[in-house]
Amino acid sequence: MVLEVLEFGFMQRALMAGIAVAITSSVIGLFLVLRRNSLFGDAMSHIAFGGIAIGLMANIYPLWTGLGLSILGALGITKLRQSTKIPADATVAILLSSGLAIGIMLVSVSGGFTLDLFSFLFGSILLVSVNDTLAILALTGIILTIVILLYKKLVYITFDEEQAQVSGLDISRLNYLFVVLASVAAVVSMRLVGILLVSALIVIPNVTALLLGRGFKKTMLISVSVSIFSVVAGTIVSYAFNLAPAGSIVLISAATFVTALAIRFSRQKEKEAEIKA
Amino acid sequence: MHVLEIDGVSFSYGSTLALDSISFSVDKGDLLGIIGPNGAGKTTLFSCMLGLLGGYRGSIRIFGEDIKKNRKVFQKIGYIPQKKNIDRNFPATIEEIVSLGITSSRKDKSYKERILSALETVGLSSLQDRRIGELSGGQQQRVLIAKAIVNDPELLILDEPATGIDLETQNKFYALLRKLNGENKITMIWSSHDLDAVNKLATGVACINRSMFFHGQTHEFFENPDLLKAYSESSMQAHMHMHDHH
Repeated sequence: MVLEVLEFGFMQRALMAGIAVAITSSVIGLFLVLRRNSLFGDAMSHIAFGGIAIGLMANIYPLWTGLGLSILGALGITKLRQSTKIPADATVAILLSSGLAIGIMLVSVSGGFTLDLFSFLFGSILLVSVNDTLAILALTGIILTIVILLYKKLVYITFDEEQAQVSGLDISRLNYLFVVLASVAAVVSMRLVGILLVSALIVIPNVTALLLGRGFKKTMLISVSVSIFSVVAGTIVSYAFNLAPAGSIVLISAATFVTALAIRFSRQKEKEAEIKA
Repeated sequence: MHVLEIDGVSFSYGSTLALDSISFSVDKGDLLGIIGPNGAGKTTLFSCMLGLLGGYRGSIRIFGEDIKKNRKVFQKIGYIPQKKNIDRNFPATIEEIVSLGITSSRKDKSYKERILSALETVGLSSLQDRRIGELSGGQQQRVLIAKAIVNDPELLILDEPATGIDLETQNKFYALLRKLNGENKITMIWSSHDLDAVNKLATGVACINRSMFFHGQTHEFFENPDLLKAYSESSMQAHMHMHDHH
């Protein structure tokens, strides 16, 4: 049955795009989670919603307009954080609601593209086009190349910005670059699981990996594995049982988190028993 | 050429003057203890020296280079901050954290050896695969020292590194500083509240209270009852000032 499903072109595209998104969201997500910025992806996808509405209205490929607006939003958040004393979560809330408001307003004005917009709200992995797949693969390639090249610097600013700055790193430039990468990752994930569930894809595999991993690289690999497993299993299960793919992916991801939690607890109990003995 | 030369450095937070024309220099092999009451401007001075605060007047030169003009000079220094609460879940191993201190991008054979040697110096080589978040506060500070020395720095800057660490670990920490300064010949600038430790370890003392209160040999400060009395009075005043604010 699984092999039969793989023969369909839409399923091949879905899995290709899905695996690419799984890798990107979990790699970028680990830095976001450790920087206590888990909801950044949520904010970016909400801002992108406004950009997608603009694209659909102006007949431009919506992923690009969504990407453009979310990158502007990410740079805006970073600038606001650096130059004002407005708390970080408040700046996220301001831009998140503004992006969503643009989308809602444009929907109410035009009314003609709500169906397309809904596919971005709730995700549509089984409907990804050849164009979508190529765009997602290209963006994934760019993100991963930059992360590999700047890996050590990104780990350093995630561990301690002050020490990284003293070592001679240009923190401001790295932070701007990182938020651009994170917003691209969020918009790419949005195509798969929808605006409302982007955070799940960025956060859950990483929190799961943090329960099990020892070492930054190993934790990243566990997170990528959990993410790929969730996307592939979720997509196939959703097709087999006619369920919403985004929901299936996120629920399978959540199930792996609960399993990891159980493993962690049992390990802890074993350790405590050993100490008592 | 001095290792560090601070010339007429002043810094204000708005209209509040935090540093008033501070000047001193540090030479190769020195271990300069910087002391001063709370609110004396030690942290501000360190932030200026480390390039974290840029809006100061005067000049700061490290190995003859103005730090505002040449940030590459920071690759020659190691920095150990005050003890911080490191996220328990931070997944990096001790080895990975120490490797952050290596500035060259080449991962040759000696890369791993340098990390191991730095960990051996701080006595943590057996724990290299442990997560940084799993260690005690004192062990975490030793990891940060290993990260600071792995690049073979010529100058170490330590900002109250032993504050918040238990007494036994503090003593081990001070022994390590003595070894790094004595055997490894690393020049050090070290701010501390622990006058006993400064008296035992430092080759020179700079006592600041917004402006320079004393700068000279360690024994000149600790063997002068008038200076010690004036220092304890200014510390008391700073302490009472802080309580008034609370």
